[in-house]
Amino acid sequence: MDELEKLRQDKMNNLMSPKVKIDVSDANFDNEVLEQSKKVPVVVDFWAPWCMPCLMLAPIMEKLAKEYNGKFILAKLNVDENMYNSQRFGISGIPAVKMFKDGNVVDEFVGALPEPSVREWLDKNL
Amino acid sequence: MYDIAIIGAGPAGFTAAIYARRYRLKTLIIGEIYGGMISEAHKVCNFPTYDSIKGYELTQKMLQQVQNLGAEVVPEVVEDITKDKVFTVKTNNAKYQAKKVIIAIGSKKRKLNVPGETELLGKGVSYCATCDAAFFNGKTVAVIGGSNSALTAALLLAEYANKVYLIYRKDNFFRAEPAWVEQVNANDKIEILFNTNVLEILGKEKVESVKTTNGLIEVNGVFVEIGSTPDVRFVEKLGLEHRDGYIVVDKFQKTNVDGIYAAGDATDNVLKQVITACAEGAVAASTAYKEMNK
Repeated sequence: MDELEKLRQDKMNNLMSPKVKIDVSDANFDNEVLEQSKKVPVVVDFWAPWCMPCLMLAPIMEKLAKEYNGKFILAKLNVDENMYNSQRFGISGIPAVKMFKDGNVVDEFVGALPEPSVREWLDKNL
Repeated sequence: MYDIAIIGAGPAGFTAAIYARRYRLKTLIIGEIYGGMISEAHKVCNFPTYDSIKGYELTQKMLQQVQNLGAEVVPEVVEDITKDKVFTVKTNNAKYQAKKVIIAIGSKKRKLNVPGETELLGKGVSYCATCDAAFFNGKTVAVIGGSNSALTAALLLAEYANKVYLIYRKDNFFRAEPAWVEQVNANDKIEILFNTNVLEILGKEKVESVKTTNGLIEVNGVFVEIGSTPDVRFVEKLGLEHRDGYIVVDKFQKTNVDGIYAAGDATDNVLKQVITACAEGAVAASTAYKEMNK
């Protein structure tokens, strides 16, 4: 019974809380990033599974997305599977993180930064 | 209160934690980024047990082992270490107290410090060949440096690029293992330019060329692999004796400050490799344990 209750609670919490992290692809990038960024800033994390610094940055980005609780949406784009948007935004070094507002890139950084630096970058731009 | 706080989550810190946990010490590892510099290595072929293993696989295994043994690992940035009766380590997130401290912070990648390098970072300038090689499929790139990491970067890039210039300021690869030099020499895509210094990286939106002491070379990417430089933050804060920024230790990995040990690339050791970093981490933990029980 306790377990069922917990599952129900978790599900409710998921439904109630704003979506803070999504995976995007070439198919839905325009909608989920460019269009969406007209309502709320979208931070795109361009990454690949072979890139160790990307894997090291990922939990930091996710933690901050949760903590900022909807002030921005974290969108993860796997560059290995989504070449079109990687080329479109001139990606030649990852991890690359770009902030989109009103359909445009307003700021970016390259490389795995420690948490305080990412926080500073977010606060500067939000 | 921890028995040991280990600053740095690379091979030296991980091995120190493995030993510390088997001594049943309450152990904390604080690492800005897990894995250390070796994580970015394309192949590691000189670590016992593996003919060849990716750097990140090796360090992931170490991290897993450390966590299985019950060490706590936190992704935080150390801002200050103070010593009273015990040590207080202040991070961006919390304050931790520990009886002993092991510094295993490794070193930072050295930059070329030429015009264009910072401006074109992520636009063709890279410090991580394993991350970015795939973006240079069919293109021309330059690798700067002459150590093992430069040679392995060139070999990896040759799997993607049409042409790889390996640019080195000296006249031979005396610092690299002959095993890598042979492979580089045998690779038709790699052209070696000795006695050549890079003066500037040029390009508007993206890297277009490098200006060298031997003329202008058109490239789409520049991979900088010119070794490392010590991180001197703690040396200054704690008054640690050092040699050009590398912490001086004795054969027990003790520093000049009681209760502080150092291991791995951050020290003034003679060989900066995974295996030596691990060995030093083990010795540091062992010394700390013995001194705790004195």
